[in-house]
Amino acid sequence: MERFGPEEWQAVALSLKVAFWATVLSLPVGLATALALARGRFWGRQLLNGVVHLPLILPPVVTGYLLLLTFGLQGPVGGFLDRVFGVTLAFRWTGAALAAAIMAFPLMVRAMRLAIEAVDPKLEEAASTLGASRLTVFRTVTLPLIAPGVLAGAVLAFAKAMGEFGATITFVSNIPGETRTIPSAIYAFLQVPGGESAAFRLVLLSVAVAMAALFMSEWLARRIAARIAAR
Amino acid sequence: MGVSGAVREPAAGPRNRTPYGARGVTLSVQIRARLGAFDLDVGFDAPAGVTVLFGRSGSGKTSLVKAVAGLVRPDAGRIAVGGRVLFDAGAGIDVPVPQRRLGYVFQEGRLFPHLSVRDNLLYARRVTGRRGGDLDRVVDLLGIAPLLARRPGALSGGEAQRVAIGRALLSDPDMLLMDEPLAALDAARKAEILPYLERLRSETGLPILYVSHNMAEVARLATHVVVLEDGRVFRAGAAEDLLSDPSMVRVLGVRDAGAVLPARVAAQAGDGVTELAVSGGRLCLPEIEAAVGTALRVRILAQDVILATERPRAISALNILPVTVLALRRGHGPGVIVQLQAGGDRLLARVTRRSADALGLAPGKPCFAVLKSVAVAQSDIGQRLAPEG
Repeated sequence: MERFGPEEWQAVALSLKVAFWATVLSLPVGLATALALARGRFWGRQLLNGVVHLPLILPPVVTGYLLLLTFGLQGPVGGFLDRVFGVTLAFRWTGAALAAAIMAFPLMVRAMRLAIEAVDPKLEEAASTLGASRLTVFRTVTLPLIAPGVLAGAVLAFAKAMGEFGATITFVSNIPGETRTIPSAIYAFLQVPGGESAAFRLVLLSVAVAMAALFMSEWLARRIAARIAAR
Repeated sequence: MGVSGAVREPAAGPRNRTPYGARGVTLSVQIRARLGAFDLDVGFDAPAGVTVLFGRSGSGKTSLVKAVAGLVRPDAGRIAVGGRVLFDAGAGIDVPVPQRRLGYVFQEGRLFPHLSVRDNLLYARRVTGRRGGDLDRVVDLLGIAPLLARRPGALSGGEAQRVAIGRALLSDPDMLLMDEPLAALDAARKAEILPYLERLRSETGLPILYVSHNMAEVARLATHVVVLEDGRVFRAGAAEDLLSDPSMVRVLGVRDAGAVLPARVAAQAGDGVTELAVSGGRLCLPEIEAAVGTALRVRILAQDVILATERPRAISALNILPVTVLALRRGHGPGVIVQLQAGGDRLLARVTRRSADALGLAPGKPCFAVLKSVAVAQSDIGQRLAPEG
């Protein structure tokens, strides 16, 4: 089999960049959302749960179109970001990162929420009787116990972000070097004669990334189970 | 010989803590709380030492301890520990849990699974920055030195509970709250921990609020007893007074009713018998590993006491004490509970109504109490603890 060409490398590098930022920036939001869903007792919790999971159910093209409407230059948020902060999302790699983050968000939140729900609140109660404030309890008891779950969520989200296609291509199109991530590149290669071998190499890479991520998140999930069980 | 328990007395000696508050009151509770369908309405003052909250399950013991710890918020009233007000509904005081400085030992240990035993013990120090207690001393007191490097998951129930006690001690608390710390353990594990609790009581002088519904634990540990019933205080008082009170029989149940007497090791006879001096005479027990002079407590169950109006002769029982009848309490059924004065202490005896009538038992009548010979339960006696002189 031939080596990767420059176009393919470009797609791989871009996918890594997009997935990295999508994961890193959604991590704190995902954790806060997971905490709110697992522990919060507030009006609209079910609604929030629904909204978080929406991208999992909606056709990706719908999510992408909604993103375009909202974050495009003519959209209310996109126009604001462009005017005030000079941040443009539409047809840029930053937009690809946003689309990937939104599509990966349900997976991330789900893994974190399961980890949080597995923590026995009695341990946190014990920590508070030992003199720990709420923040300290979170930092010294809750967070270490859910750390594997948080990591598992991040790994899954990263893999999902690497492979996001529908919402990305709808929102930011398929511009080489800017928004052509691995799936978009595979799609583009398949549109031209003789592109099959390049597409196939990227397909293999995608499968490898997905498998690695699944194994890793499984392994992390087992670790959290062992931690919680070790009482 | 009816002596089903001998318990080490708190060592008389310098305590490393001064007595608390006025009149030596350590814990003062006066609260009302509505918890679902359950009403808690309790008030009592407890001196230093071990105060046992005694009552059936559902009587409100755990809710009361949680209220003291701040984990349950009463609707009204006041809670003070050692003169420090932790809760006062009228004055709007409600000290947050982390600032109450009460070491809570839970029924299920609740050790942090992600930390080693050592890090569990040092948790309070780490999060508060206070240097509470001496790690080596606590580790030594509880015999947990070999466990320090382990994870909680690798501990037995008894070991985990000892670590939990150590963790609470090292938070430098003003008082220790122990919510049935032995309830989840089997008899052997209980026997393993009780001596450590006795050492804790004698060596630290730390006041302890101890929840239990086990009479053996009460007899062994309590200096003060608060009996709860349906969320109210049924009786409260010094352990020795309360346990020899006939009105307690209804709460304790006929099988568990019995008096606790202070005793002192008078002689080691050498024939496998240890002689104990109580205020009403001498008792012989199967050998106890304790030096002459050691203060102990013996528990004598009401159902193990036989009454005679003349001193019995030619009888196998070794322990016969001259007593005077103080009071008789007839319940339902055929039994009568007789309260007896034995020297400076009180005993309870359970006899049938027919016997009471035949013997003409009445207040003021002198009798002899024959303490039946029974096997001494190891868990009831401080044998596992090396004597300290």
